[in-house]
Amino acid sequence: MSFIIPAAQPLLLIEENLPAVEAPTPTVRKTALNPVHRQMGAKMVEFNGWDMPVEYPSAGGIIAEHNAVRNGVGIFDVSHMGDIRLAGPGALAAVQHISMNDASRLAIGQAQYSALLYPQGTFVDDVIVHRLGENEYLLVINAGTREKDFNWVRDNTHDFDCRVENLSDDFTQIAIQGPKGVNLLQKLTDATLSAVKFYWVTRGTVCGLKNILIARTGYTAEDGFEIYVPADEATSAMVWNNVLEAGKEFGVVPCGLGARNTLRLEGKLPLYGHEISDAINVWEAGLDRFCKMEKPEFVGRDALEKAKVSGVKRLLVGVEMMERGIARDGYRVLDNGGREIGYVTSGSYAPFLKKNIALAYVPIEFANLGTEIKIEIRGQGVKAQVVPTPFYKRPKKQ
Amino acid sequence: MSYPTDYKYTKEHEWIKADGKNATIGITVYAQESLGDIVFVELPKVGSEITAGKTFGTVESVKAVSDLFAPASGTVTEVNGELATAPEKINQDAHSAWLIKVALKDPGELNALLAAADYEKFVAEEAGH
Repeated sequence: MSFIIPAAQPLLLIEENLPAVEAPTPTVRKTALNPVHRQMGAKMVEFNGWDMPVEYPSAGGIIAEHNAVRNGVGIFDVSHMGDIRLAGPGALAAVQHISMNDASRLAIGQAQYSALLYPQGTFVDDVIVHRLGENEYLLVINAGTREKDFNWVRDNTHDFDCRVENLSDDFTQIAIQGPKGVNLLQKLTDATLSAVKFYWVTRGTVCGLKNILIARTGYTAEDGFEIYVPADEATSAMVWNNVLEAGKEFGVVPCGLGARNTLRLEGKLPLYGHEISDAINVWEAGLDRFCKMEKPEFVGRDALEKAKVSGVKRLLVGVEMMERGIARDGYRVLDNGGREIGYVTSGSYAPFLKKNIALAYVPIEFANLGTEIKIEIRGQGVKAQVVPTPFYKRPKKQ
Repeated sequence: MSYPTDYKYTKEHEWIKADGKNATIGITVYAQESLGDIVFVELPKVGSEITAGKTFGTVESVKAVSDLFAPASGTVTEVNGELATAPEKINQDAHSAWLIKVALKDPGELNALLAAADYEKFVAEEAGH
């Protein structure tokens, strides 16, 4: 995809760091928690056709929200994410056909990061595949690609003996993220959370609601959970408020899309339309370990095999600014001579690391750690360096 | 929110306080609230010229990049160097955390700017929709 270089704007004609992936839908959609966000004084923005909180000034804003997740716990309304259920005798074969990871390795209750690919080996979307039952899988997909993904999954699974359902509007999805997330959620559920490993799911009573799906997943590079509760406004608000109340002793704060973006950037978690898109393939994005070429067949596999043979031309790298300046999405990457060699996919001040970091596509000869490059910021080449990723890795538990 | 009555304001949310030919320039409380956590400020060098209505620098929050527009023309006499390492001072007290000081070319230019009450009305309308 091509990026528009974001020109600086007059104050308040703000270039949000969250560009829409697809043309905005004429009607802006709202999650069931929308009235709660507004009541809490959240700053709202349109994101991929959704009216979503970007930050909660009452919680201290993006930096405070970000650091609450790193040090304690924060909660996010991620109900704009979509959900596709595949069920039936052919569900595994269907999932294997449409996704690049190996779903046959999943035990019931286990989840994996994966992606849906075009025949060219580029991204329809990245997904989390949950195995919920013997023949039942749930794909959690991005907000901006909900309709596209569902249509693509349906169109590519006709030949399999399974039902494909779009459950995107059925759930309010609340992410409880941070090292204290487990302590918080345990107060509200009868499920034994210590027995649920990272990227596993269970079911339990949550806030008095029976049989709630609880996944130990997230998009913050931190430990945490995502719970899926019925999407009506009253139930959603009840759960949200109970989580905030139960989290008081852990210093819980509500978090918006701003902190979600900086948290995932520190952890080098890709965002559709930025690090991955229909013009970027798996090797370029560096997602090799989630792509199981030993699987005999999946959409995109042939193209990826060829791409590997012909050699990868560009790679996603982590960048740290060496001079003053913040690399932003779409900014040009230059070599030391000032020649354009690539572009920034995501860039920001990193609130926990207190550095200016970015992810960028550069030719492979510039992808080695320590390579000096420049980022063009308002017409000036500003020194930066290729650094190891993820920028942030959560401390290992004993 | 109280906006000092001895300041003048632009619709781009800068403030200017003049004492004869010497003026101090910053951004308003409303601007910093809208931007959120400010993490970077880029300002002109002492001795450079700024022109009314033209950009003279940049302020960045975690999520946004914004140009700074000069409320009046003049020569930069001082730059608030503290903001290079502590840009959050603007969030803490926008009406005292000044950006630059200038020697005005024509103090009369300030007559075209908004008085505190008018600016307050302006931002109330802007925040309202």
